[in-house]
Amino acid sequence: MAEEVSRRPYQREVPRVRWFLRHPRYVRYMFREVTCLFIGAYTLVLVAGLGALSQGPAAYQGFLESLASPASILFHVLALGFAAYHSVTWFNLTPKALPLQVGEGFVPDGVIAGAHYAGWGLLSLALLALAGAF
Amino acid sequence: MSERRVELEVLRYNPETDREPRFQRYSIRCPEEWVVLDALNHVKETADPTLSYRWSCHMAVCGSCGMMIDGEPKLACKSFLRDYPGVIRIEPLAHFPIERDLVTVIDDFMAKLARVKPYLIPKQERALGEGEYRQTPAELKKFKQYTLCINCMLCYAACPEYGLIPKFIGPAAISLAHRYNQDSRDGGRREREEEIAAAEGVWECSFAGACSEVCPEHVDPASALQQVKIASTVDWYKEHLMPWLKK
Amino acid sequence: METIQADVAIIGAGGAGLRAAIALAASGAELKIALVSKVYPMRSHTCAAEGGAAGVIKADDSLDHHFNDTVGGGDWLCDQDAVDYLVQEAPRELLQLEHWGCPWSREPDGSVAVRPFGGMKKQRTWFAADKSGFHILHTLFQTSLRYPTIERFDEYYATDLIVDDGRCWGFTAIEMRSGRMRRFEAPAVIIAGGGAGRMFPFTTNGAIKTGDGMALAYRAGVPLKDMEFVQYHPTGLPSTGTLLTEACRGEGGVLLNRHGRRFLQDYGMGPETPLGKPVLKTMELGPRDRVSQAFWHEQKKGNAVSTQWGDAMLLDMRHLGEKKIDERLPLVRDMSISYMGVDPVKDPVPVRPVVHYMMGGIHTDIRAATPLAGLYAAGECACVSINGANRLGSNSLTELLVFGRRAALSAVEYLFAGRAARNETALEALAEAAQERIRALFQRTGGTESVAGLRKEMMQTMEQHAGIYRSGEGLAEACTRLAGLRRRYAGIELHDKTNVYNTDLIQVLELGSMLDCAEAVAASAAARRESRGAHQRLDFAERDDANFLRHSLAYYGAADAPRIDYLDVVITRSQPGVRDYSGNHE
Repeated sequence: MAEEVSRRPYQREVPRVRWFLRHPRYVRYMFREVTCLFIGAYTLVLVAGLGALSQGPAAYQGFLESLASPASILFHVLALGFAAYHSVTWFNLTPKALPLQVGEGFVPDGVIAGAHYAGWGLLSLALLALAGAF
Repeated sequence: MSERRVELEVLRYNPETDREPRFQRYSIRCPEEWVVLDALNHVKETADPTLSYRWSCHMAVCGSCGMMIDGEPKLACKSFLRDYPGVIRIEPLAHFPIERDLVTVIDDFMAKLARVKPYLIPKQERALGEGEYRQTPAELKKFKQYTLCINCMLCYAACPEYGLIPKFIGPAAISLAHRYNQDSRDGGRREREEEIAAAEGVWECSFAGACSEVCPEHVDPASALQQVKIASTVDWYKEHLMPWLKK
Repeated sequence: METIQADVAIIGAGGAGLRAAIALAASGAELKIALVSKVYPMRSHTCAAEGGAAGVIKADDSLDHHFNDTVGGGDWLCDQDAVDYLVQEAPRELLQLEHWGCPWSREPDGSVAVRPFGGMKKQRTWFAADKSGFHILHTLFQTSLRYPTIERFDEYYATDLIVDDGRCWGFTAIEMRSGRMRRFEAPAVIIAGGGAGRMFPFTTNGAIKTGDGMALAYRAGVPLKDMEFVQYHPTGLPSTGTLLTEACRGEGGVLLNRHGRRFLQDYGMGPETPLGKPVLKTMELGPRDRVSQAFWHEQKKGNAVSTQWGDAMLLDMRHLGEKKIDERLPLVRDMSISYMGVDPVKDPVPVRPVVHYMMGGIHTDIRAATPLAGLYAAGECACVSINGANRLGSNSLTELLVFGRRAALSAVEYLFAGRAARNETALEALAEAAQERIRALFQRTGGTESVAGLRKEMMQTMEQHAGIYRSGEGLAEACTRLAGLRRRYAGIELHDKTNVYNTDLIQVLELGSMLDCAEAVAASAAARRESRGAHQRLDFAERDDANFLRHSLAYYGAADAPRIDYLDVVITRSQPGVRDYSGNHE
């Protein structure tokens, strides 16, 4: 029988940086979170563009030309991909945050997410129309 | 009844004899339809009575037997051997200190559960003589899923935030607070907000969603936490931008 | 030895223990309450109860109906004054739970819903889907968290009551995480430690149901009452023994033998009622003892369904439809699919009777008091008796609440009646003796017995000789074997001699509790030479009111067999009659 304390709970360490490699679920999560870097970077590109615009037509023309470089195109393709992934994961999760109860049932997740996709689609079309795409 | 040989790789730890945890291999013959818990019981009965773990109901309602099975938080009584063809790695539930073998120290969880005031704070007092609070099936449905938590802590083992930031109140505790917030009879949301809308409350959550993925009762704690975020944000704005609304 | 002082100490934190704790905390008497349990409260076996809790609320129902159903269901072995108290307090207790937030299922108008249940003439079973016990337990546990005067001692295993000068003064308990022994000093102790179904191999009971609370009182000289009455629940899963609630039949499920016949009509519970329209108190809504006994007979006739886990019957719920099953029996569906590979929506589920509940237990009076001053008991571990020879489904959860509270009130009365003088030296010596017994267990070497081996033999003995049908020969054999097991138990050596969370030690102590309780069951059964309720004898097939309208009392004999005595049943207004579960009853 113990008279002195023999307990010694053992704390398993969680690796501070490489924790997410422990499980595919965490890798997917970090992938989603990392999209913010691309979205953030894209926002800076837009800000740079505004800056160039404010400095006159020559500066703005230079900005547009730099956008056409291979590196820039690669960045934009990646950024579009990540932003789309971010939007898709976000829309698919919104029904969890905004449950709509109708009587004893709930509006199906697909309907709520679908409404977001529809809104996204409409806004995109509207923007493209404003930009003179059609 | 068909049987197969099952290899278990179990993380052992006895503070009196071990400096740190170590794996121990057991090899036993088991009927095919058994669950991991049955295999552990068989080991304890026939091979090694010193193996310690918690269990009771064997029907996924008491929440005792949570552990890491092949790196995934699971209830041992609901993990079927047929789903694990190879060597089965069994460890105590992640993110909790190990007391002994597969038994963890859950003091932190118990304290957090108590902190969120998980009891009915009636909107309106009602004497027993007045009968029950009326609650329609629809009102019951609103919070019903959040009542199903069996306190098994699989969500805490899965939650990356809890793993890195132990002071996070965590999925189950906040979901329980939300259960009461959503109960039509309850009026205690503001009282609970202090605890769960704090920095170590719901704002530590980054919606990884691991908690809901592992929850054996389909409580969907992640949804509760996001709903709490929205509710407390709306409350904050109301309080600061429309102070005349304060009771 | 470290001593923890309290005004009232409660052993067991399930429905009864928690209800007692809350009642004490809310009493306004400013009491220090110690709530001691070998598991965290949420793990208590109350969580596994599914069907519901009975309480009269419907306009066409009455306390008299509930009373008569209970007394008849108990084959007139119930103490009728206690049953009156139960049925009277029931509605208010269930309502109190609702006020504490219990998510009872509702009618469309928002009032509490009730469902039909076995042996009950009217619908009076309050339910929360098919997880009623779970919701009751969690409601009580969560409510208890608002009372700071309730101090919890989770994962403490109580080993011995401390009894001196004819009074109970507390108990010793092992703090499981450290292995240290603590002394709980409390002038009033409430035991709410649950039943002992794990003495049988096939049971709905979880691992923790090992009769420790019963054994504590028993060894301290308190008799165990009516231990021979062990309830078999008709519908357990053959693979795991776990429970499929009686509500399956309440909602309209039917029982079939291998020929597809609803065989209950052949055993006095007919005529056959229309499919999906159960009629209260007949056919599949007959009482549990009768339904389990019918299966036993069908088995003997070769009409049982054969499964890889043994004989079974079929519980057919297909006609209820997916919607109803998902709404009212979701856990049942989940369990059938997970553990049997059968979806009740598509196929009938094989089920068989399994040990579920012990009607017997620590002898208490109508105030939940044991004969030992300062000691109270409530819940399955106690026998008041309100269940008599056979319990009706959904009376047990109600019993937890009514008598949990009653035990608390009695404890308060006792405390305020004035404290007796404590003999501190004597109490310390008793605590030290308890510690010594455990130390001796650690120091023993050269043992040849294993916990698992002895436990298996005990289970086999009970299953073979103390099952649904018993005989004098079989019971005598059981008594002999159990006495032998108890002797061999004295020579058990621990495999694990360390201190931190030693489950080998706990299992050895639990086995000791089960052996003691099992001996009480076998001895009481051997002495009762009649058939009544759940105690059925092949050699004495009739009920014998002249000689046995009495409770059995089993007294612990340390080295000897239990001594059996008898106590009259309190009969007030319901004279023993015929239990008629045919469709022709009035």
